[in-house]
Amino acid sequence: MQRYLTDRKRADGLGSGRHGTHHHWHMMMTSLALVVVVPVFLVTFLAGFGGTYAEVVAYFSQPVPAIIVALSLIVTISHVTSEAVVAVEDYVHGARGKLLIIGLNWFSYILIAVGLFAIARMAL
Amino acid sequence: MADVKKVERPLSPHLQVYRPQLTSISSILVRITGIALLGLSTLVVAWFLAAASSETAFAAMDGFLRSWFGSLIMLGGVWAFVYHMLGRLRHLLWDFGYCVDVPTSEKLAIGMLGLSTLVTLIVALV
Repeated sequence: MQRYLTDRKRADGLGSGRHGTHHHWHMMMTSLALVVVVPVFLVTFLAGFGGTYAEVVAYFSQPVPAIIVALSLIVTISHVTSEAVVAVEDYVHGARGKLLIIGLNWFSYILIAVGLFAIARMAL
Repeated sequence: MADVKKVERPLSPHLQVYRPQLTSISSILVRITGIALLGLSTLVVAWFLAAASSETAFAAMDGFLRSWFGSLIMLGGVWAFVYHMLGRLRHLLWDFGYCVDVPTSEKLAIGMLGLSTLVTLIVALV
């Protein structure tokens, strides 16, 4: 009987991606960073949140709050983006999955850039 | 050409037929909070951008985040942030070979739920 599936098609997507160890290592690194970032960010952010416009700008333009917010945005957004990417890898396949992963990465870069711009504008 | 073998393999327990357990629920919540935090980061960045832009932009964004609905989102965000961090800390413990058994994992799950709820309550009251 004629087989319509090529060897290539049979093997496609079933092997190792050879990046799993690095993905796992990245999650471990950012997870460990979160252990420090979460309490420090919450205390810093909540101390500034809830004030008037002038109070908020004055507070977040100080060096320590500004650096803590910038650091927290980079660590947290890169961690939760990987978290969302892994969920896409698990449940969305094919071109749609790839496009979603690209979209998530773009979105995270934009979010980090906008956040850093906002902090820089207030602090500098 | 290659032959496609169709083997009836047993399926792993699916969410809908799986009895909810502390281990599975606490693990699923780590992923849900992780993805929710991406949405929350967007709100926080929008708030910072508004503060850096103008007083009117800040008033709109700050007004939303401090409304009853916004406060609910922010408190949920605090819970998710602390819970996710603790859940990932549990993963680190497992990666280093500690606590890899069901009773300890369940105790840690209770600790994760309890501590994140406690922190959220403290934030809500202060």
